[in-house]
Amino acid sequence: MQIELIQEARRQAEICNACRYCEGYCAVFPALQANRAFSDGDITQLANLCHNCRGCYYACQYTAPHEFDLNLPAALAEVRHDSWESFATPQSFAKAFQKNGMMIAIASVVAFALVFIIAKWLGGSGGGLGFYAVMSHGLMVAIFAPAFLLPLVSLAISLRRYWRAVGGGRVTLAHIKTALRSAGDMRNLAGGHGDGCNFEDEDRFTQARRAAHQLVLFGFLLCFASTSAGTFMHYVLGLHAPYGFWSPPKLLGVPGGIMLTFGAAWLFALKRRADPHLGAASAWGGEVAFIALLGFVAFSGLALYALGSTELMPVLLALHLGAVLTFFLLTPYTKMAHGYYRLAALVRDAQK
Amino acid sequence: MSQPDIVVIGGGNAALCAAMTAAEAGARVLILEAAPKPYRGGNSRHTRNFRCMHTGPLGPLVEDYAEDEYFEDLLKVTKGKTDEGLARMVIRSSEECLPWMIDHGVRFQPSLSGTLSLARTNAFFRGGGKSLVNAYYRTAEGLGVDVKYDAKVTHLEVDGDRISFLDYTHESATHRVSPKSVVVASGGFQADTDWLARAWGPAAKNFLIRGTPYNRGLVLADLLDQGVEQVGDPTQCHAVAIDGRAPKFDGGIVTRLDCVPFSIVVNRDAQRFYDEGEDVWPKRYAIWGRLVADQPDQVGYAIIDARSLDLFMPSVFPPIKADTLEELAGKMGLPPNKLRQTVDAYNAACGDTSAFHPTELDGVATTGLTPPKTNWARPITKPPFYGYSLRTGVTFTYLGLKVDARAQCSIGNRPVTNLWAAGETMAGSILGQGYLAGFGMTIGTVFGRIAGREAANHAN
Repeated sequence: MQIELIQEARRQAEICNACRYCEGYCAVFPALQANRAFSDGDITQLANLCHNCRGCYYACQYTAPHEFDLNLPAALAEVRHDSWESFATPQSFAKAFQKNGMMIAIASVVAFALVFIIAKWLGGSGGGLGFYAVMSHGLMVAIFAPAFLLPLVSLAISLRRYWRAVGGGRVTLAHIKTALRSAGDMRNLAGGHGDGCNFEDEDRFTQARRAAHQLVLFGFLLCFASTSAGTFMHYVLGLHAPYGFWSPPKLLGVPGGIMLTFGAAWLFALKRRADPHLGAASAWGGEVAFIALLGFVAFSGLALYALGSTELMPVLLALHLGAVLTFFLLTPYTKMAHGYYRLAALVRDAQK
Repeated sequence: MSQPDIVVIGGGNAALCAAMTAAEAGARVLILEAAPKPYRGGNSRHTRNFRCMHTGPLGPLVEDYAEDEYFEDLLKVTKGKTDEGLARMVIRSSEECLPWMIDHGVRFQPSLSGTLSLARTNAFFRGGGKSLVNAYYRTAEGLGVDVKYDAKVTHLEVDGDRISFLDYTHESATHRVSPKSVVVASGGFQADTDWLARAWGPAAKNFLIRGTPYNRGLVLADLLDQGVEQVGDPTQCHAVAIDGRAPKFDGGIVTRLDCVPFSIVVNRDAQRFYDEGEDVWPKRYAIWGRLVADQPDQVGYAIIDARSLDLFMPSVFPPIKADTLEELAGKMGLPPNKLRQTVDAYNAACGDTSAFHPTELDGVATTGLTPPKTNWARPITKPPFYGYSLRTGVTFTYLGLKVDARAQCSIGNRPVTNLWAAGETMAGSILGQGYLAGFGMTIGTVFGRIAGREAANHAN
């Protein structure tokens, strides 16, 4: 962890603790105000609890040019990103992605797509129906199962490090319920008054970012549920793809894909209008790249569904699977990790 | 905007209330705000609530706060130096302000932590005063109000019974406009230390200004020079004791010190000078500015021991800390022997402290000490010892423009037909001395709306 980032956040938190005007905006301030002095772990917890709604920045009487020079959303964002880097394993991946996000994302998609096209030439037909004609089910599982599981192992190690750093205690069902409720309606982007947050238009409160985020979140969960349903049907029920529209994978996946595509595009647009100096400026590129990647995963999936019976299918399949693989592999080192840390921070907050 | 119907001078709460009200009445309004955009809003940026009469729960406010009780509270702090008619009018109007404020974008929240004693009387702005100012600027701009920042009004021409034109500088050019109506809402003169020094003497050079450096009283002085009626005593102001290390301007809320009731406060010569435990701090903080102003070098020192450190809200600067009183005295520039004598005498005068209760008047008092400490008097014995320096922090001055119940200014007995005033620049019409928390914003809101309405009536 970079000590000067923590120190700067601590300096600002101490000023906030003497003011307290912002305590109605989000969970950060009540948590902050429970302390008189802030350990590194306290600051790390506050940083991960912060949803970057920016209400406190625009309401602050001490932002630059005032000599106190407060910018709490940015100070906490810097600590937050630094904490992800320091908890990540292996660390070099996280740093590379944050610095050159867009480049790495594009390169990964292309590289993985090429790999799949080669796989097709080498392996030829999987002998199956639909997509399995391009790549056998066995090959897909052989690639994706470890690509899905290894990052989860990496994340689990990171979260354990986080939990130690913030002094987390024994987790109960009540803590988890509180945290999930908060994440479920993105309460911390509601501004306390329910008008939403400040993001794309300075101090104007809107629901845009909150709504876009939840489209992405629930769209993603629907897509994940779709894949899980397919896995269940394949292995447990012995029902193999392709599935018709009135099947669980499609009924979950199509709306999920539409929500994810639209939500990611909306977030991307909002992000381009927002002021990067109220976030972790050095991670801005990586965050934008992640949203683009997520949107592309969903969009290519939908395209595959729409054009699955045309000659474009093999190329689309390769692109889609490549994007999915990139997304999975990079999960611990991209903005995707924020979801896990944020939930952990909400659980930790529920313990207080 | 070609020619505005109404020019509003100032960019804080009162100015914005006037501008929005006038714009809603159909007038073309121009706001001339002397500060650049990041510092817009005057002292309203630093506020956090307004005091509001109500019958039954209203918004964030609990129980009742009736007109008579409100007025009694005002009488207590002003010691009767108020205009009862205007004061009661403000109090009565405050109730309808709260829903109006919500309609214009302000959001409220329950009383801030550490301010439970205000939950019945003061409605807190969610995010504080700057968020109120932001919401009002958004609403005003939506109503077509034109806003110029960095626009300093240099002169208003009083011509008989009216203002015929005004000059202002903006983007390094001088402009002259002749609006039909003018609303002055540009605050007091506290940021002009020379003016303060003329009233207070050289002591004023040691005062800190808690709010905006842009309230220099230029418009006020210009109007007073031309015979517009004034009200108030130039030495009266809202002043509190704040951390002596605070910046000269704009330190705001975080520089306040809540440690006084649990401390002894001594002057430069390590002598006590007032009962630190006279009442709960929210009822006493506003008198300590003047108490410190009357001490040599306009400075005080609050001394506590380790047992009291966590009894009050933290402030922005950590206290000075030492293991002995002599060492603390050395670090704070106090005579060590004298401080030791003062603390010993105080400790010896403390009695049974078993009833000590930090949030109530506990009656734990000294005996035979002058001045006494009448509550929270525990001996200062447990190291480490902590000290804060105290200086006078001026919020706003009370000398201002005299107005009637329609916010109109006058010359002699005759009204200036197109000049109204609102906010701190006329608050001396109601506040002769003393201060009631949250009352400045109430005066600004009530008179801002009246001034906007009257100015629009005149212009339309």
